Amino acid sequence: MALKLESISIALGGFDLAADLSVETGRFVALLGPSGSGKTTALNAIAGFVPLSAGTLRWAGARIDDLPPAERPVAMLFQDNNLFPHLDVARNLALALTTRARASAEETRRVEDALARVGLGGMGRRMPGTLSGGQQSRAALARVLLQDKPVVLLDEPFAALGPGQRRDMMALCRDVLGGAGRTVLFVSHDPEDAAQADAICVVTEGQVSRPRPVAEVLDDPSGPLRAYLGK
Amino acid sequence: MKTPLSVIAGLLATPVVAQDNVLTVYTYDSFVTEWGPGPVIEEAFEETCDCDLQFEAAGDGAALLSRLQLEGPRTEADIVLGLDTNLTAAARETSLFAEHGITPDLDLPVDWTDDHFLPFDWGYFAFVGNAKDPAPDSLRALADSDISIVIQDPRSSTPGLGLLMWVKTAYGDAAGALWEDLSDNIVTVTPGWSEAYGLFLEGEADAVLSYTTSPAYHLIAEEDDSKVAWAFDEGHYMQVEVAGKVAGTDVPDLADQFMAFMLTEDFQSAIPTTNWMYPAVVPAGGLPDGFETLIEPDKALLLSPQEAAAKRDAALEEWRAALAR
Amino acid sequence: MARSAGPVAALVVLALIAIPVGAVIRTAGGIAGLGAADWAALRFTVWQALVSAALSVGLAIPVARALARRRFRGRSALITLLGAPFVLPVIVAVMGLLAIFGRAGLVNTVLGGLGLPPVSIYGAHGVILAHVFFNLPLAVRMLLHGWLAIPAERFRVAAQLGQPVGRLLEWPMLRRAVPGAFAVIFLVCTTSFAVALILGGGPQATTLELAIYQAVRFEFDLRGAASLALVQLGVCAVALGALLLVDVPDALGAGLDRTVARWDGAVSRDAAMLAAAALFLALPMGAILLSGVPGLAQMPGSVLLAALRSLAVALLSTGLCMALALAIVTHGRGWSRAVAVVPLSVTALVLGTGLFIVVFPFVRPASVALPVTALMNALFALPFAVRILAAARDDAEAQFGRLADGLALRGWARMRVLILPRIRRPLGFAAGLAAALSMGDLGVITLFASGGQETLPLAMFRLMGAYQTEAASGAALLLVTLSLGLFWLFDRGGRIGAET
Repeated sequence: MALKLESISIALGGFDLAADLSVETGRFVALLGPSGSGKTTALNAIAGFVPLSAGTLRWAGARIDDLPPAERPVAMLFQDNNLFPHLDVARNLALALTTRARASAEETRRVEDALARVGLGGMGRRMPGTLSGGQQSRAALARVLLQDKPVVLLDEPFAALGPGQRRDMMALCRDVLGGAGRTVLFVSHDPEDAAQADAICVVTEGQVSRPRPVAEVLDDPSGPLRAYLGK
Repeated sequence: MKTPLSVIAGLLATPVVAQDNVLTVYTYDSFVTEWGPGPVIEEAFEETCDCDLQFEAAGDGAALLSRLQLEGPRTEADIVLGLDTNLTAAARETSLFAEHGITPDLDLPVDWTDDHFLPFDWGYFAFVGNAKDPAPDSLRALADSDISIVIQDPRSSTPGLGLLMWVKTAYGDAAGALWEDLSDNIVTVTPGWSEAYGLFLEGEADAVLSYTTSPAYHLIAEEDDSKVAWAFDEGHYMQVEVAGKVAGTDVPDLADQFMAFMLTEDFQSAIPTTNWMYPAVVPAGGLPDGFETLIEPDKALLLSPQEAAAKRDAALEEWRAALAR
Repeated sequence: MARSAGPVAALVVLALIAIPVGAVIRTAGGIAGLGAADWAALRFTVWQALVSAALSVGLAIPVARALARRRFRGRSALITLLGAPFVLPVIVAVMGLLAIFGRAGLVNTVLGGLGLPPVSIYGAHGVILAHVFFNLPLAVRMLLHGWLAIPAERFRVAAQLGQPVGRLLEWPMLRRAVPGAFAVIFLVCTTSFAVALILGGGPQATTLELAIYQAVRFEFDLRGAASLALVQLGVCAVALGALLLVDVPDALGAGLDRTVARWDGAVSRDAAMLAAAALFLALPMGAILLSGVPGLAQMPGSVLLAALRSLAVALLSTGLCMALALAIVTHGRGWSRAVAVVPLSVTALVLGTGLFIVVFPFVRPASVALPVTALMNALFALPFAVRILAAARDDAEAQFGRLADGLALRGWARMRVLILPRIRRPLGFAAGLAAALSMGDLGVITLFASGGQETLPLAMFRLMGAYQTEAASGAALLLVTLSLGLFWLFDRGGRIGAET
């Protein structure tokens, strides 16, 4: 099984992005490139928020680019605004499980479980505004766990955290998402974060490269990436 | 070079008025427009008086009086022109007006004895409709028909108040009953004459309360003979428009001169085709062509100012009760 | 800009209301009790305002939602059109509505052609139809701002989770935005006068405003006018109190992202909503255009001068209004902002009469007619300006306030660097509204103006009173064009650089 981007291109107001690649199940892949290179756009296209102008998206052989966001096998975390500020943490998580206003006992138990797994046990009744930035990121990650989607897209959701917390969150992601066999694509413009990935897709000049080994990319960058990394 | 700001300031500023020999006449809005009598009369009077005649427009007749009451004895007005007999009782009570001291020779269908106010024109209220439609011959016939009409609110408009007095004078104690029968003919009630007449011209009703002279405007100014006023058997209530000299005027001689001028040929000949009313004194050359086509009511109805003031509140209550159903 | 600017501005507003009203009461020598007719007027006023506000806001919700989530050619033009009815002079708008819904109007012509009985616009439903015509667009604009303020990521999260956007995002936003919009429109409708009378069909449709008009202009009963004015203020106070009770704090936070792409809802239903709203608004406007064109050539030169005068008044009024509004939203506490709504419920007639009493001993009222008109117009536009700007300013402060504090940005620098750039769009909208409202206003000017000071609405009204119906239609068209032109310029200015 794999996530396949087959000769896709995305046209966004004078800016074109092309990709033709495949990511194997369970891999932890970084999208590395300078700001504005199209990393976020690529994730948005996979999640269904930006239409493809050409090409096909497949998961496990089945076409998914014609599905609405909720029906794709994809969960995405954004840079910001991942939690609804007017709902408490538990209710925010329960959104992954039910559309009803009140969660069942079983659902409540699963929410508590997920919170415990990200280190937020017992904080379900708190409002998002009362949590620290790191705690908010954990809560959002817990909801991704509950969403139970095989592909997870991370659009720098930890960018606002300090370096230590960010490392912790990346480790937590690897742990809880990797442990569950999820395929993860995460956006980064920091080679240090990218170094923790299994592979790196370089995004430059409107082109998303195939996944390449981390060491190969970081030790011997080519073209514009070399300039970006300052090597 | 003018900056934008100085242009704006220029537009907002008002020219300074020279105070010497200025006669200030408060009047209603339509009197002073390019089509109204104002410009003609100003020119004619200034030729004879060696003065500066300035009109100040303040809404309609009722608003004029409110304005004067608001300003009180310190008002700059020397003459107030445009009240009617429904307002003169209240105007007199303010003690702001002086006697005019003129014994006029008027062409009015009624006697005139008021020593404070002088008429400058007059007209009959009438319903104005389209010539092609059948015309009712009385208020009663109108009330019994299914002809649609627009009227003005007697609480905010002079013609509206005129109709109220018309019905009251013609029907007395039975006025309430007539209003009840009229109520299903009334499409709507407007705040003033302009809105009502506009609605009628737009085809919103078969007829509108206006004046017997209204068709003359369409005939003479627009060469359109499709509008007619309906003659009613009960007679027609009159509107007599008057002017009065303000007691506190600082140019009493000039004010007297204007009051006298008001009844002369120069003033009166302007009235028929600018104010679209009958002149208080018919000019030597008679009325303009077209006026002979207007209906002439057999009976002129008019309450004295005192009677009008005394009957108004009860008549209003009758009107409101009949229409508010 | 001192920290006290907000309270000072609010006090200025209060004084501009309290002093004239006080002057009227003093001149009248007290106030009078209410008669049975006054109570009936109060009941009708409140009833029709409640229904009008409920319908305007209720219909605005689907229209605003459709506008928020659909992108189509002409969307920007439609948003501009939405500003139009609200700023039309009442009598012009009524004539436009009658050309469509009147006895000889388009709807009845079509019905007649189909052999169906005519419908009458006259009656309580006509009043409400007209009020919806005036206020639906305002409600749509207010709610649209609410929708655009929801961050796009939230819609994406909701779409991912397969959650209903309505309950999760829109309901909380509406719960916050609707009471304010409802209250504003309710108050606008309580001071309705000509619409209620012309379309209401008779004395059963008497509003407080008509009773005040009668008292001031027809009977010179200042006592009665003063007490009725106080009743109106009382209605306003009750409405504001109720608003405070239901007002829920901002729950959704700020959004920068104006791309509110959505993954829900049927395109066809949105399209139908938008088409219906656009027709409802555009047809009467089209009628005004058609009837006005032949009259343009017949307008006397004085109308053009009046138009220039009106433009000057409108610009001055806009400047005053924006200065007051910015001071109040930037430095004003809750009470200052509450005060800013009060002008909605004072009638121009009582205020104008009071001002007349105040200035008469010192200057010729006519010599200050235009500046006073500009000031009053600024006052009457203030409630809208403050409502529109407050939320945007608070968002800017919430997001960047600490950053600005850190950079020691205070006073005018903070305004220039942080607030003004962040609130451009609502500022443009508010300024456009203020300018157009002032342009179309026929309130105080009638009390103050003498011969050479006609504004355009007054000139138009005088033309109507002199049998010059065609020229008046031309003047009305000129007025609408200038009002909309000013509105468009300001609104556009605010939107440049910001994605709609």
